[in-house]
Amino acid sequence: MARPKIPRKSTSIDMTAMCDVAFLLLSFFILTTKFKADEAVEVSPPSSVASKVAPDKDVVLISIDKDGKVFISMDDKSQMEYLANSLNNTKNLGIDAKAFAKLDFIGAPFSALAKAATLPKEQQTDKFLPGIPTDTTKGANELVEWMKIIKDAYSGKKMNLLLKGDNVSKYPSFQGVIAAFKKNDFLKFQMVTNPESIPNGTDLWKESQKGAVAKE
Amino acid sequence: MAEMDTSGGGGHKKGSGVKKAKKLSTRVDLTPMVDLGFLLITFFIFTTTMSQPTAFKLNLPKDVDRPEDQTKTKESGTITFLLGKDNHVFYYEGQLKVDATGNNFKSASFNGENSIRDLLIKKKKEVIAGHVHDSNCEKIRADFAAAHPTASPADVANSCLDRDLVVVIKPNEESTYKNVVDVLDEMAINVISRYALVDITKDENSLIKLTEAQAK
Repeated sequence: MARPKIPRKSTSIDMTAMCDVAFLLLSFFILTTKFKADEAVEVSPPSSVASKVAPDKDVVLISIDKDGKVFISMDDKSQMEYLANSLNNTKNLGIDAKAFAKLDFIGAPFSALAKAATLPKEQQTDKFLPGIPTDTTKGANELVEWMKIIKDAYSGKKMNLLLKGDNVSKYPSFQGVIAAFKKNDFLKFQMVTNPESIPNGTDLWKESQKGAVAKE
Repeated sequence: MAEMDTSGGGGHKKGSGVKKAKKLSTRVDLTPMVDLGFLLITFFIFTTTMSQPTAFKLNLPKDVDRPEDQTKTKESGTITFLLGKDNHVFYYEGQLKVDATGNNFKSASFNGENSIRDLLIKKKKEVIAGHVHDSNCEKIRADFAAAHPTASPADVANSCLDRDLVVVIKPNEESTYKNVVDVLDEMAINVISRYALVDITKDENSLIKLTEAQAK
């Protein structure tokens, strides 16, 4: 008896389609990834239940690093130039406005500002810069004046005031920053935090549940 | 399919004197490419920062110079948290009383036994239970309705119940930024609308230091 011939199938599969999918996904991830910006001031913020995403435009960010040093940074570089010019006019600091505008952040007392602006890029970190003095027990709270100039610079424009503090920074720096905000009538600001889930059974949790039911 | 055609070399036909050129397949094995693709995808997924930072809103009260303009709070509805070093929290209800028979200065914690959250929930219940309706309630309800246009009538009516609850937060100079944000976060978690960050007094600070020293 002749057996019916079973055609032998190859075990190898066409990989082309899978390859297409893999690279499609790859390109998607590459394009949507936003690499964490290499921040010169290293800050690890605490977490909170706030769910609103921090704004990333028209930002004036006050950072407090782990040693309690205070730094200012802003995304609008033309405002930096304004700050430098206005400081040169009022305090005669002799800052190179063009070089100052290129800085990522400000972190030196007024007396050392002109020198700090000329430091090389690798020294523009929180390790080398002394920070803006805020502690009233050791001298003047210079952030008060900074906020005043920033208020002038942004007058009539939209501005998001953000505060980003490090977990382990001590309270006096935070207190100094708040005092500077208050003195300049910046009564609303936002604190940058990492998201955290709402603990079950609390009042906010009940509210969010209610909200979820109402939306359905 | 996804394999090299290796049979191309055996294409000599007997009897023909013409040597045929080796016929190479155009198919390439794509498996390594798929491997590479997925490897890169994995890399990008792991390096992507998924969580965007959120922003926690904080409104500051305007400083008033005259003591008679300051907000008065009811003693029965006030709870004060004092933050010390190494994540120590202390609290007292109403006014701080220290005398020979003892004091109402107690120790709390961030999580675990006697946590801030439990204390706040308990205090809120007490305040709501002791609520007495009066003419001031209408204004609070109207403000609440204006701030939350989607709130149900029951929520608007309830908005006045906890108006006597005021939480005072007093961090000392050794507490960290994380502690302060955690306490502020508890206000959000327990939906407490009346709270204030207040500078610590000397007596309170020395009491914290004393308690911390004793605990060692």
